[in-house]
Amino acid sequence: MEENIMKVNLKVWRQANPREKGGFVTYNDVETTPDTSFLETLDILNETLIEKGEEPIVFDHDCREGICGMCSLYINGHPHGPATGATTCQLYMRRFQNGETITVEPWRSAAFPVIKDLMVDRNAFDKIQQAGGYVSFNCGGAQDANDLPISKVNADEAMDSASCIGCGACVAACKNGSAMLFVSAKISQLALLPQGAVEKDRRVRAMVAKMDELGFGNCTNTGACSAECPKNIKLANIGRMNRQFIAAKCKE
Amino acid sequence: MENIKENIRIMNPADSKIPEGPVAEKWTNYKAHQKLVNPANKRRLDVIVVGTGLAGASAASTLAEMGFNVLNFCIQDSPRRAHSIAAQGGINAAKNYQNDGDSVYRLFYDTVKGGDYRAREANVYRLAEVSNNIIDQCVAQGVPFAREYGGLLANRSFGGAQVSRTFYAKGQTGQQLLLGAYSSLNRQIQAGKVKSYNRYEMHDVVLIKDKDGVERARGIIAKNLVTGKLERFAAHAVVIATGGYGNTYFLSTNAMGCNCSAAMACYRKGAYFANPAYVQIHPTCIPVHGDKQSKLTLMSESLRNDGRIWVPKKLEDAVKLQKGQIKGSDIPEEDRDYYLERRYPAFGNLVPRDVASRAAKERCDAGFGVNNTGLAVFLDFSEAINRLGIDVVRQRYGNLFDMYEEITDVNPGEFAREANGVNYYNPMMIFPAIHYTMGGIWVDYELQTSVKGLFAIGECNFSDHGANRLGASALMQGLADGYFVLPYTIQNYLSDQITVPRFTTDTPEFDAAEAKCQENLDRLMNIKGKRSVDSLHKELGHIMWEYVGMARDKEGLELALQKLKDIRETFNKDLFIPGTQDGMNIELDKAFRLNDFITMGELIAYDALNRNESCGGHFRTEYQTPEGEALRDDKDYFYVSCWDYAGSDSKAPTLIKEPLHYEAIKVQTRNYKS
Repeated sequence: MEENIMKVNLKVWRQANPREKGGFVTYNDVETTPDTSFLETLDILNETLIEKGEEPIVFDHDCREGICGMCSLYINGHPHGPATGATTCQLYMRRFQNGETITVEPWRSAAFPVIKDLMVDRNAFDKIQQAGGYVSFNCGGAQDANDLPISKVNADEAMDSASCIGCGACVAACKNGSAMLFVSAKISQLALLPQGAVEKDRRVRAMVAKMDELGFGNCTNTGACSAECPKNIKLANIGRMNRQFIAAKCKE
Repeated sequence: MENIKENIRIMNPADSKIPEGPVAEKWTNYKAHQKLVNPANKRRLDVIVVGTGLAGASAASTLAEMGFNVLNFCIQDSPRRAHSIAAQGGINAAKNYQNDGDSVYRLFYDTVKGGDYRAREANVYRLAEVSNNIIDQCVAQGVPFAREYGGLLANRSFGGAQVSRTFYAKGQTGQQLLLGAYSSLNRQIQAGKVKSYNRYEMHDVVLIKDKDGVERARGIIAKNLVTGKLERFAAHAVVIATGGYGNTYFLSTNAMGCNCSAAMACYRKGAYFANPAYVQIHPTCIPVHGDKQSKLTLMSESLRNDGRIWVPKKLEDAVKLQKGQIKGSDIPEEDRDYYLERRYPAFGNLVPRDVASRAAKERCDAGFGVNNTGLAVFLDFSEAINRLGIDVVRQRYGNLFDMYEEITDVNPGEFAREANGVNYYNPMMIFPAIHYTMGGIWVDYELQTSVKGLFAIGECNFSDHGANRLGASALMQGLADGYFVLPYTIQNYLSDQITVPRFTTDTPEFDAAEAKCQENLDRLMNIKGKRSVDSLHKELGHIMWEYVGMARDKEGLELALQKLKDIRETFNKDLFIPGTQDGMNIELDKAFRLNDFITMGELIAYDALNRNESCGGHFRTEYQTPEGEALRDDKDYFYVSCWDYAGSDSKAPTLIKEPLHYEAIKVQTRNYKS
């Protein structure tokens, strides 16, 4: 295969652990190709670091097909890099210029402390889900699935909200470090379906309270979260959550 | 191989614990007579579940709902990341909502046939039986399955079936089912019934002898991947739900972190490993593009509902394609060879995965490959777009088209040219890749391994798919095991453990197990050679794909075993891990896994060498029909191969045969032609 070799300079955030101070290190002339993915380019750089006896750059990644939500990275000022509707692992080097310097940072948010280099702790997201992101229902007692017709429009809309991969790009993109797109996606999914409607008030109160408690900021409607979301989760979810929240609070 | 032949023994039929009665009544009978644990006792019993995929998360949440205390582990930063999330196409169930003649029996029959008659009949029937409960359960959780305008659930078709029984949520079914299980898990974490340990990796299972001298699984040693420290956890039973071993081949559709180390730890402690040679190679993946590639991306089997697979009829066209002189869309309809439709008229493009993969390889080996490496075939949507319009096709497969374009820079829905009134669109290029492993830890009907108190569920056991898994059946099996089977069967074991008090990890057995894990980590750190983990893993993957991949033969397998021995030697002498054991060390964690992948690779090769027949995902070139179809040998190989660890990684394992008994289904040659 005739591959066009391209070279990029990677300016990467390195930080040994949460306690130590981090800083940028620039790695010049990393050789890759336009058909190589961005994370594979980091793999290539890591191999050369290991060859030199140095520790590789630590970053979260797993499925490498844009669905597990494990990969993160702030690339050239954008969560998941310049491509829209795609995660970092779906980013290919053909998006960059030969010779370009690419800046790579971890998610920047008080609620997501750095573990090492580019890896952050997103446990706060799990805690919000634990507060109420479910239908309270025990395995074994369900009725036949087709006994509960659901309009295709609602089912499709619930599916769009449920597409959130929990990566945290919305929080990283937001100047307030708000998690409202993430939280509202779950609330919307369940609010749009009859199964979730029974406990909708309890759910929205619990999840919003947990979100506030964990130090996420509030929403000021800039829309950066939705614009940077790799799954195109809509801003309308936040509106739905706010309406639900007000209604639930009024009933208190 | 000589030493293996000397050690073979036949398993006692009672060991598989298959209940009495006709196949359709076995599960009902079992549930009616199994022992239960009362609610007050459930509170006193702890269960460790390792893994948070469909099987692990559903088992952990269901056991907790029942009242047991669960300790749940995953290597990722959240339970929601487990690789089940990447399953695209769908989940099978015998609902017969489409009124197309489906039934529990037919799903059972299709699964046994699809598995090339190498699965355990009783297990598969139970799987088909609970399949309908899974759909009900998931809908009740709020899983947004695709629906028709009337509000009822929609279905699509998958390979190996002539009915539409696959439920789906866009091309993200695995994600939605996993998030459903994750939500139930979260509810139990909130309730304090599940304790969740993220970024923890199991390194060993701890066995303790009871008062009668029987060794039982009583806990695990797990590494906290953030602190780098080994920690101890005790429980009354241990459940392994850690997925398959596809990453032995380095390049696969598995996630980067998928590994077989937990399964290997169980194997080394006496759990048999069954049918390791049954590895599924998925026909529709994006072809390999270069040596820096880290993984392969699957294009869902659902694409075969509307996509047609072809290569050129004329060799000269293929040569031009390989040289990049023409494009696929330049080749007119009459010069295309839709080889699956030609060879298998009854099932066409929807033949099972093993058949489709081998057929692609056969065409590429004959020189008809369509890309620069000669290792690709076309998957074409022109006919579907002409019939349904681009909007309908995009509605069905849009996210897959986008994913394909992002990776390859080609849009499969894009109009290419018009000739003689026919519109031609850009086809996808696809090629088979390692995807799923049917083999796994041996379990009896209760999903208990050959070690007491140690259970295995989901992809990491061997139980339901025989030699080949049908599409949309992995999600079904993972959730069947976790929601509806294990929570029952484990009680039959735990009911005898109610008098065992909760114990500490301060015992000689835990001391010894932790010391051994630490010794292994020290050994890896102290090799101090020159080779990186990935460079060795790629070498391993190359050997596995070349000699233990889609087509195998005796000579190649023997050579592979020799080469694997060399890899192990290089690994032991020349591995290099930078950094220290203090804190996170990703290279050390990868090295720990690679050590086990090498042992796993040998196990696959031993099994493939022993099985002198072709069946499902295991194809030995010596055993094929004149038409190139798999040639089974039911006289000599109608059994499950169970491999027993010989006490050392460098020794050949012992073979134990579990004979198969079919009562309901007549064993015959698979036929997808008519």
